[in-house]
Amino acid sequence: MDFFTIVQLGDASVRMAIPLLLACLAGLFSERAGIFDIGLEGKMLAAAFLSAAVSYTSGSVWVGLLAGIGISVVLSIIHGIASITFKGNQLISGVAINFFAAGLTVVIAQGWFAQGGRTPSLPKEARFNDLDFPGALSRMRDKMQASPGMQFYSEFVSGHSILVYLGLLAVPLSWWILYQTRFGLRLRAVGEAPEAVDTAGISVVRLRFSAVVICGILCGIAGAYLSTAVQAGFTKDMTANRGFIALAALIFAKWRPWYALGACLLFGLFFAIDIRFSNIQLQVIWIMVLLLGCAAALTIYAVRREKIDVIVLGGFSAILAAVAFTALFATASADGISVFAALWETVKVPSQLIQSLPYLFVVVVLAGFVGKAVPPRAGGQPYVKER
Amino acid sequence: MDKMPKWADVALVPVVSLIIAALISAIVFVAVGQNPWEALKLMAYGAVGTSDFLGYTLFYATNFIFTGLAVAVAFHASLFNIGGEGQVLLGGLGAAIVVLFVPLPHWTLALIAGATAAAVFGALWVAIPAYLQARRGSHIVITTIMFNFMASGVLIYMLSGPLKPDGNMQIATAIFPEASHLPSLNDIARLFGSDLFGRSPVNISILIALLACVAVWALIWHTRLGYQIRALGRSESAAKYAGISAVNITMIALLISGGLAGMMAVNNTMGINTPQLVDNAAGGAGFIGIAVALMGRNHPVGIIIAALLFGALYQGGAELSAATSIPVQIVVVIQALVIMFTGALDEMVRAPIEKLFIRFGRSRAAGE
Repeated sequence: MDFFTIVQLGDASVRMAIPLLLACLAGLFSERAGIFDIGLEGKMLAAAFLSAAVSYTSGSVWVGLLAGIGISVVLSIIHGIASITFKGNQLISGVAINFFAAGLTVVIAQGWFAQGGRTPSLPKEARFNDLDFPGALSRMRDKMQASPGMQFYSEFVSGHSILVYLGLLAVPLSWWILYQTRFGLRLRAVGEAPEAVDTAGISVVRLRFSAVVICGILCGIAGAYLSTAVQAGFTKDMTANRGFIALAALIFAKWRPWYALGACLLFGLFFAIDIRFSNIQLQVIWIMVLLLGCAAALTIYAVRREKIDVIVLGGFSAILAAVAFTALFATASADGISVFAALWETVKVPSQLIQSLPYLFVVVVLAGFVGKAVPPRAGGQPYVKER
Repeated sequence: MDKMPKWADVALVPVVSLIIAALISAIVFVAVGQNPWEALKLMAYGAVGTSDFLGYTLFYATNFIFTGLAVAVAFHASLFNIGGEGQVLLGGLGAAIVVLFVPLPHWTLALIAGATAAAVFGALWVAIPAYLQARRGSHIVITTIMFNFMASGVLIYMLSGPLKPDGNMQIATAIFPEASHLPSLNDIARLFGSDLFGRSPVNISILIALLACVAVWALIWHTRLGYQIRALGRSESAAKYAGISAVNITMIALLISGGLAGMMAVNNTMGINTPQLVDNAAGGAGFIGIAVALMGRNHPVGIIIAALLFGALYQGGAELSAATSIPVQIVVVIQALVIMFTGALDEMVRAPIEKLFIRFGRSRAAGE
């Protein structure tokens, strides 16, 4: 792998990470204030649709962005009404918003443009185009032959849409708001101990609503980025689970802005690897070592604990071991060689596995074996004023 | 102060929620330039207009009964199993593996073996999230969402690799052996010389679904385990104080839930007209289960009614989209509204009704 490939991979990671990052920060504000939001996906999707539709109709991408933010905020407020005003179940409300957006975007897109649930392709002036920094090379051939520093500058630093830079700026800004302002302190407090905030004479309801609105704004930008910068128009379900991966990144980041940047870049890298190297090969012995190692570690962990740990983790280890040996024997029989020779064969890692890595990662993190993630204490619970 | 009567709680509140959801859906229809009344008539005809359509409605209802029960059992323990979709896919994988690789001479054996395998696979798929919830406190909602994505990865891998028959372009298993085909209700009707349900795939597994309803009813309200599940759902600390193991009951409730969701696969793999496992086998049924359980108030009778309603909606919506330019996703919108109003905004609907009852009750008491 040469230097330019690494730069390109980094470039792609950033591009993939930005929508995750914006959605992740959106979730961060909401959850830090004690409102769980699994409706990030739906809000992004609604914003992606409306910003593309309005950009196309009005011809101005900035108007489109505003429209996207608008619809996302509206959905956020609905979530707020359900979970703050009427003290409903926040998870159920989030689920409902996801379905609402998934269905309605297609229905309205069909009614509006009659192109099978898509918006028409956006012309160049109705999109967020890549900004070329002064002196940056734009032609691929020039970049390949340039010096490493120039490659880095032209490919990695320059050549993104303005939303990418805004998204990256959102990280220090979020940190500053949350940790350096009075509003941020109160917002974090309302997610940990709303009764204390209430006792101090500050409105829990108003704070939580402002958090939810900030969440809506960020989700709106994330959605608009997808349909007006990454792609030229809206297609059905174009968010492709990014809202859920953002939630996962949020947990991985332990609800902190800078960690969120790291987590999203990592998940972005997973995507970039998946796109760039569709064919990842691995020697069978490494697969065996990895799977059997996990199985052994889990078994050792389980034996010193209770019966239920032994049953579940032991069973799971057995399944891992079975998968490992199946891979081995399948390779051996497919190539018609002995089992020992098969150990050194290289096989293709299923692309589904690479795509599942972010999800797998989250489960491992949630399991708390690798650094425990502790959510805001009052998260998910409606605040009932004492009388 | 009287509370409102029980019938209002179990029937009036869901019906009012449903009416609100329907009114908002009507606005959506108007917004896309469709007369809502005409759309409703088309949907009703598409759902029950002919005996074929009715069969499809019942077929979908069978799916939703399974997933609705799955969500409801977990709800009774205050757990939100949002992973029905993945459990259905894995259930399908279990059923497909058994039916394809074990020679089963008769459909009754295939039904028993397939249903068992589907339930076991579904339960195994929720076992890790359940364990993590019970022992490590990892939130079941997030882990089951992640497991949904992984399930579709596993399924697509299996269907495009190990289980793919040679020379087949479709991402699907081979068609199941003839002997394992479940009889459709039409096959049974034809024994009596009628052609009820026509070409629709509604099949014998609807009886399994109804049996599952009875079993869940008995389990939740008439067994010690059911009592423990409900006790845990009401108050974890009280349940612990009463000597109930929260870890074990959480695990068991979720395993039952996953098993029920997995069993749905019998209907939509072995029961369809060309029995095979396809890549989008669940078709959103796992999620519709949430709406069904919420609307059915987590009771098997309510779930049957709600499942029939959603079956009709699903089938009617498909016919509507075939007849007009409205895409089939309108069903998802209505489903979302039902989840919103019967689930998250329940209090908004309930409080005014409760107030009305209290005022009405008082004035009557004063008049007497």
